[in-house]
Amino acid sequence: MNHSAPKFCTPEGLVDTLSQSLGDLVVSATQANGETILTVRRDGIEDALRKLRDAHEYQQLVEIAGADYPSRAERFEVVYMLLSLTKNSRIMVKCTAAENTPVPTVTTLWPVAGWLEREVYDMFGVVFAGNPDLRRILTDYGFEGHPFRKDFPMTGYQELHYSEEAKRVVYAPVELPQDLRQFDFMSPWEGAQYVLPGDEKGPNA
Amino acid sequence: MTLSLEHSPTTGDEVITNYTINFGPQHPAAHGVLRMVTELDGEIIARLDPHVGLLHRGTEKLIEHKTYLQALPYFDRLDYCSPLGMEHSYVLAIEKLLNLAVPARGQYLRVLFAELTRICNHMLNLGSHVMDVGAMTPNLWFFEIREDCLGFFERASGARMHAAWFRPGGVHQDVPQKLLDDLSVWLDKRMPELFEDALSLVADNRIFKQRNVDIATVSKEDAIAWGFSGPMIRGSGIAWDLRKSQPYDVYADMDFDVPVGTRGDCYDRFMVRVEEVRQSARIMRQCLRDMPSGPVSSDDRKVTPPKRGEMKQSMESLIHHFKLYTEGFHVPAGEVYVATESPKGEFGVYLVADGSNKPYRCKIRPTAFSHLQAMDFMSKGHMLPDITAIIGAIDVVFGECDR
Repeated sequence: MNHSAPKFCTPEGLVDTLSQSLGDLVVSATQANGETILTVRRDGIEDALRKLRDAHEYQQLVEIAGADYPSRAERFEVVYMLLSLTKNSRIMVKCTAAENTPVPTVTTLWPVAGWLEREVYDMFGVVFAGNPDLRRILTDYGFEGHPFRKDFPMTGYQELHYSEEAKRVVYAPVELPQDLRQFDFMSPWEGAQYVLPGDEKGPNA
Repeated sequence: MTLSLEHSPTTGDEVITNYTINFGPQHPAAHGVLRMVTELDGEIIARLDPHVGLLHRGTEKLIEHKTYLQALPYFDRLDYCSPLGMEHSYVLAIEKLLNLAVPARGQYLRVLFAELTRICNHMLNLGSHVMDVGAMTPNLWFFEIREDCLGFFERASGARMHAAWFRPGGVHQDVPQKLLDDLSVWLDKRMPELFEDALSLVADNRIFKQRNVDIATVSKEDAIAWGFSGPMIRGSGIAWDLRKSQPYDVYADMDFDVPVGTRGDCYDRFMVRVEEVRQSARIMRQCLRDMPSGPVSSDDRKVTPPKRGEMKQSMESLIHHFKLYTEGFHVPAGEVYVATESPKGEFGVYLVADGSNKPYRCKIRPTAFSHLQAMDFMSKGHMLPDITAIIGAIDVVFGECDR
């Protein structure tokens, strides 16, 4: 270990202990880059986290992160970061979800989960069953779509400007005066997503 | 003839309904664009619903479209009161994925400036907290110190606020010896004088205590359940400091104390920050004393660019420089969650790399998000003017909360 990132305790055999304790709730458990990652069944996420909190001293839910992998069958990952203040340890617990498969809420375990789940819902459209207040949180009032999905364009669909005629701020579809400058600097031999100049004339174009 | 006694305008079938007011989004005590829909029963807060997101800029989405190095300046703009604290988590996350070592001087410089950032941040927060509850002078005096800090940042990085000075593998440039000497003199003389002077006006002030003591008390259990971190969890009496428990860079070698509160109210949070300023000064003195000479960033040329002088002589260096500033470096696939003790609490970065030159996903864990969520339960039953004290003690900055 050369890096100087925060050093927390990962006891020997932590992955085995936790996956044995959680039993058939666990789908997979790995340890990589110094992180312990447990993937659990979606319907068992609440039970798994309750067990981790009560039996394994992971008292604090620090964060819930969403991630979008559009090529997968269940495209979303919901990642719960747990912190143990007594054992000075961190783990990540994951489950997968699709647009139409609600994830059980964990607001029953930690009140902090309320806004964290709202954010994942707002940004990815993952529904949390049982969250008493699943409103949008970061986006505009009346916003449509889920902006952190990979298929949502970076420019968005709507823009705001002050209209002199209407004397108020109005919404309009996004108009780009020039093309969005998205440079792909990946080396052409390592999977860049553009056609090299000249290649369009070739037989494979 | 019988007389009816019921002539009072409020007796009878009328129901007195609670009064709902909008606090913000443009209110000077809201510390930015916070809108709170506040339901009042007389002057007592019955329910409080913070609406955040008015400063949402989609930073995480933008980062997915930038190379790792291009994404770094976005972190300055999250919590714009403590920019280097934000960068620290991000560069450590990249280093963890790359398993990249940082030379000793680079680590010392990062810790030195991270602590200067803490002082700078706390000056703004302590000052504005004091001003929100009615005192004017201390804020102006705290700003003297903040101005000095910004001057030091400028001398190190060229920018007063948005330094963009940390790099994966170290820091961008070494600092001149004169800057370290000046910092040392400043820490011994000017900073403590100004700070203790300003503090003497408020710390024992009767009005200040009346506005803060026993306001928004949070128990240890609540602090854990609501995901508190930083001065908020320490104010509730839990000695939890990531610099101590999960040390990064050279914090393991530093000798400092972790202040905790006894009652868990706004006054305790204020005083925890006050003591943190003194401890930060202590850490900075140790850094200045122990800092070795040598390189400030890694010599792994696949991640850190070569010096300009080298580029004039070596073709290899020129190629490395060109590749790093066009394509950028590649980070092996994997995911990490790295959290550091930013001045406001645990600031985390969940970084998912897919092996390319851009982050696949970069989730930022802001400190204020969890703290603001607890506003409702902290302020219930308090008076309307207490809101400003509670927000002041949370130390919320919306660049970070809304991202």
